[in-house]
Amino acid sequence: MTIDGACVEVLEGDTVLTALMMHRGFAGHSPFGDGRRAGFCMMGACQDCWVWTGEGDRLRACSSPIQDGMDIRTEAPKGLWPIPG
Amino acid sequence: MADPRIIIVGAGPAGTRAAEVLVAAGLRPTVVDEGSRSGGQIYRRPPPNFTRSHDALYGTEAAKARAVHAAFDALGDRITYRPETLAWAIKDDRLHALKGSRSEALAYDALLLAPGATDRVMPLPGWTRPGCYSLGAAQIALKAQGCAIGERVVFLGTGPLLYLVAYQYMRAGHAPAAVLDTSSYGQQLSGLALMAARPGQLLKGVRLLRALRRGGVPVLRNVEPLEVLGDAHGVDGVRFRDADGSERRLACTAVGMGYHLRAESQLADLAGCEFRFDPAVQQWLPQTDAMGRSSRANVYLAGDGARLLGADAAETAGRLAACAMLADLGHRQDARTVARLQRAMKRHARFAEGVARAFPWPHALAAELPDATLVCRCEAITAGELRASVTALGAPEVNRAKAFSRVGMGRCQGRFCGLASQEIVAAACKGRVEAAGRLRGQAPVKPLPIALLGEDGRG
Repeated sequence: MTIDGACVEVLEGDTVLTALMMHRGFAGHSPFGDGRRAGFCMMGACQDCWVWTGEGDRLRACSSPIQDGMDIRTEAPKGLWPIPG
Repeated sequence: MADPRIIIVGAGPAGTRAAEVLVAAGLRPTVVDEGSRSGGQIYRRPPPNFTRSHDALYGTEAAKARAVHAAFDALGDRITYRPETLAWAIKDDRLHALKGSRSEALAYDALLLAPGATDRVMPLPGWTRPGCYSLGAAQIALKAQGCAIGERVVFLGTGPLLYLVAYQYMRAGHAPAAVLDTSSYGQQLSGLALMAARPGQLLKGVRLLRALRRGGVPVLRNVEPLEVLGDAHGVDGVRFRDADGSERRLACTAVGMGYHLRAESQLADLAGCEFRFDPAVQQWLPQTDAMGRSSRANVYLAGDGARLLGADAAETAGRLAACAMLADLGHRQDARTVARLQRAMKRHARFAEGVARAFPWPHALAAELPDATLVCRCEAITAGELRASVTALGAPEVNRAKAFSRVGMGRCQGRFCGLASQEIVAAACKGRVEAAGRLRGQAPVKPLPIALLGEDGRG
């Protein structure tokens, strides 16, 4: 899989959040500009670890198992968001 | 009623035991589970390709975990199991359930809610830094992913989970740098008599403390947490006041924090159940009778989502609520079995009262939080902004304060700021926390995709 364009090796059964913390050290940025976030509860409750895919889909990292060939982004892919009018 | 439509939400200890009782009575419940495998959070199972044994994963609780998993697996196709499915709303006797991007409205004649709990947290300056997690998260990292939340971990907060997680990290070869408990030794002693209602459980706790001491893990009591230190990239320490009142710093790369549990009660709220304030745990909880009947005729509640009594009690409560549902559906129940389960619940309740006394929620810390502290992680709202909604705008309770400040309006729906914001509003009003009210549950209880497909396949 790739994280922010870099190819990384991960273990089958890892969540996207585990992969991000092993290779990137965070999951995304607070939409209000107060810095990096990396999730908090790991049980799908706090909603602090939503990330992007290269196609512009959104995933909750702690509850998404990694899949072969995943393209995960800690920031919205350029040109996809905001959706041009 | 012939062939009643029964839905159970949750497949942890409460949901599992409820399903078992209903199946034994010849009924076929649908079990809606947000997880991909049964077990809930406490007995969460690792992905299928992980090979560690129950003993390695659950330690002292391995036998119980094994039993609950086996009980669920034995139900097989006698239930309709819907894993990876989010129950996101309840309206007109229909449960709205989402899987992937498809939502269905499932009609029910009887509904049993066993959604469990999350960590109860008190915000702290710096608690949004990468590397600061809830205690539950620290445990899930270990149980379900086989990793620690960091190299050098400090556990902070209070409650049995604080010590259990510290012990589990030590056993996994990751001895924590320190355990910082906001409760005092005296408070812990004051809970002993009540906790003796379950001597085995109490003894387990004592052994756990001894093991931590032998393992050289520093345990500090009566501390006041002040800050999670670090920069935009992560955590590099904690700042706190010790029992003597001296300010201290400890270096670490990760923090696990939590103050016992908070009931996941939004679905009960959406179902229209009455709530009451429980002074022992300082939370609003849905009302139930001794069997787990809510104030709504066909809605039953069990487990930590209804009363915070722990995993063993959740098994008992699941069975009892299923018995109540069966009785209401016209199935005869064995009075002796019910009486035995109710006696067990009384022991659990007594023990939980002791735990609440030994490890109290440090509500007064909310009033001390600096104005700049982020209270709401989702919308980045500070304690100062929330206080201003009370003092400058005149919000008399939390729902009005939410409308003014947006605290609790974000995507976690107040799960992680709600209880602290009640305390902050109460302190700003100079009133009691129950007078500050409770954040009302709102659908959807978790975020849904915008491109949601309905039952008919249309958006």
